[in-house]
Amino acid sequence: MAQAFFGGVHPNDMKAATNEKAIEQLSPPPAQVVIPMSMHFGAPCTPIVSVGDYVKVGQKIGEFKGLGAPIHASVSGKVVAIEPRPYSMGGNMTSVVIENDYQSTVSEEVQAPADPNALTTEEMIEIVKNAGIVGMGGATFPTHVKISGGIGQVTTVIINGAECEPYITGDHRAMLERTEEIIGGASYLVKMFGVDKAIIGVEDNKKNGIDALNKVIAETKAPVIVVPLHCRYPQGGEKQLCQAITGKQVPPGGLPSAIGCAVFNINTTIAIFRAITTGMPVVSKVVTVSGSGVIEPKNVECPIGTPVSCLFDYCGGLKDETFKIIAGGPMMGMAQYTCDIPVAKGTGAMLAFAADEDKTVENPTCIRCGRCVEACPVHLEPLYMYMYEQKGMIEELEAANIMDCMECGACAYICPGRLHLTQTFKTGKQKVKDAAAKRKAAAEAAKAAEAAKK
Amino acid sequence: MTDYKNLKLRASSNPHIRNGEDTRGLMLDVIIALMPALLFGVWHFGVRVAISAVVSVASAIFFEWLYRKLLHKPQMIGDLSAAVTGLLLSMVCPPELPVWMLVVGNFFAIFVVKQLYGGLGKNFLNPALAARAALVACYASAMTSWSKVDAATGATPMALLKAGDMEALKAAYPIKDMAIGFISGSAGEVSALMLLIGGVYLIVRKVISWQTPVAYIATVAVVTFLFPRGNDPMTFMLYNVLGGGLFLGAFFMATDYVTSPVTKKGQLIFGLGCGLITVFIRYFGSYPEGVCYSILIMNCCTWIIDKYTKPTRFGVDKKAKKEAAK
Repeated sequence: MAQAFFGGVHPNDMKAATNEKAIEQLSPPPAQVVIPMSMHFGAPCTPIVSVGDYVKVGQKIGEFKGLGAPIHASVSGKVVAIEPRPYSMGGNMTSVVIENDYQSTVSEEVQAPADPNALTTEEMIEIVKNAGIVGMGGATFPTHVKISGGIGQVTTVIINGAECEPYITGDHRAMLERTEEIIGGASYLVKMFGVDKAIIGVEDNKKNGIDALNKVIAETKAPVIVVPLHCRYPQGGEKQLCQAITGKQVPPGGLPSAIGCAVFNINTTIAIFRAITTGMPVVSKVVTVSGSGVIEPKNVECPIGTPVSCLFDYCGGLKDETFKIIAGGPMMGMAQYTCDIPVAKGTGAMLAFAADEDKTVENPTCIRCGRCVEACPVHLEPLYMYMYEQKGMIEELEAANIMDCMECGACAYICPGRLHLTQTFKTGKQKVKDAAAKRKAAAEAAKAAEAAKK
Repeated sequence: MTDYKNLKLRASSNPHIRNGEDTRGLMLDVIIALMPALLFGVWHFGVRVAISAVVSVASAIFFEWLYRKLLHKPQMIGDLSAAVTGLLLSMVCPPELPVWMLVVGNFFAIFVVKQLYGGLGKNFLNPALAARAALVACYASAMTSWSKVDAATGATPMALLKAGDMEALKAAYPIKDMAIGFISGSAGEVSALMLLIGGVYLIVRKVISWQTPVAYIATVAVVTFLFPRGNDPMTFMLYNVLGGGLFLGAFFMATDYVTSPVTKKGQLIFGLGCGLITVFIRYFGSYPEGVCYSILIMNCCTWIIDKYTKPTRFGVDKKAKKEAAK
């Protein structure tokens, strides 16, 4: 029985370009990798190597403080620069640039545990932490924090195999080619959380992926079940997936752990398996290179920090008419102004568009058709939020629960008037935050004045 | 390694893909859906109906263009919304109406009802219906002179229905003729069958949702069945459902995006309200037909329906919220 959540849209999934192509290793490997010190949710890492140092694969080069995850060298070679470079989240970020010596010498820091199955939960979490694992679906929340924070609260471990964004096929290929690693990783998560099973949610456009997973589950008798889901965007949104699988809704502003769920991406699950069995941290990433601007779309595995131009070169190059480069999927990915950005831990796709994907009009006009209300997976009324933002009605904007908006883009996708809804809500949220900060400052000033009087 | 510096890249907000359906496409679908009823009107009343439709559409587009030209606003006639207004107006007027009156009606619809309130998406009344109401007020006799009326009684079906003379009604306009449209009435309103075909097309194409038309027609059907005039509730109900402008109103006017609620629940309430007011006007009003006014009245209630049919916030349990309020 396939399940689903409320709302959403059905974009053409465009996965046929790459869903039958096996994951390939990037060759030749990049001559240089540029590793940004921020590839996770939280403050950027501090580089712990210097220019001129020789580093090996898996060696820690960035240390985190507070909320975060460490960063490791993805190739062996010499550090040639530590400087701000463009990265996929926009603007520049301090990055460690390593000149590849093509030896792929593995660091001594990478040590496989003697018996992975004998590890305690604390030891496994420590391994996950040291391996720099973050939510690889794109949210990049540090995985060790999610695990240690969820133990005790979480009763349902969900593996996110929805892959609802069009074009992206990395998870689908992983289900077919790295099935054991997924099931293995899921089994370790079950052990860490102390629950009886993990649930893998997969959209039913990946039938062979579901079959492959079920086959390995049957063979290994792993504590894992697969739940097919109706195809609908944004099924892979953490809260939507929880709703589709458990029928429960995460309260506003809450985390899935509030309803006893923890959600892990397929790639994250594989990374957990690799770290626990081999000790290897996150040093590579499977990227779907696709879109109308790419000559030969492929699924490519490459070292973290590989300049995306290397990926495009490997896929036959880009068409001259290419007008948009996107890091991530077409619904939530970020458009890039340059190809000089590296692949990061959260980069699941690099898309290039050269056709009429961008259907903008000169005068976007709302006709009140209500399609946005129907599409919104968090039950908002985008048309009214748009109106309030345009008129500067910040209080009404806040009352319309704009802060619940997760910027999934479903409303803007479906809008026949071609309103820039998602964009408007991004600025609108900032305005609400600014107004709140202003209120707080005013209240504090009043309090201080009151205190001064006394 | 290529640096791809030759590319002219656009960095805009997500989403980077859009659904193929735009406003123009939706309006085009509405026009297509109106064609069966219009062509039936041409066949039944003569080529006069086609001429009226063309003049009406042309004048609506012209006034839209003129207003925006005069006020130096961007031109938007390509979205076809003015064309839909013009077409609908010609279809809800008597087939013999002088065309210059249609031009006046379109001036009112486009200039006053639509553009003075800010243009597409901002008006609160349905422009075509508001224009029809204005024309009834201005040219009462022309707006109520009908062709193809029954020779014996000289009355339209709605007039006979109003009088409650069910025997004369059945003799003058058999129920089959009511359904297919061999009756007197407005140029595009006579054929319930053709309007139903168009309406189903719009629902299948997901241009409109089923909530409004179904709630509207069902309300009229249930109320007239429960409170019939004469001793045959079924017949009274069928004449009420098939007669007048109910099908055109339910499928094409009450579903107007701009002037109806945005949520499905709101659309059900809107349809229910339209149905009740229609029946009340037919029962107690001085006009024989109430579709036009019922929709205009409900148009005025749209904002309040929207206000009270907001979707429940994600993650908030409705029951828990109610209990907390207690």
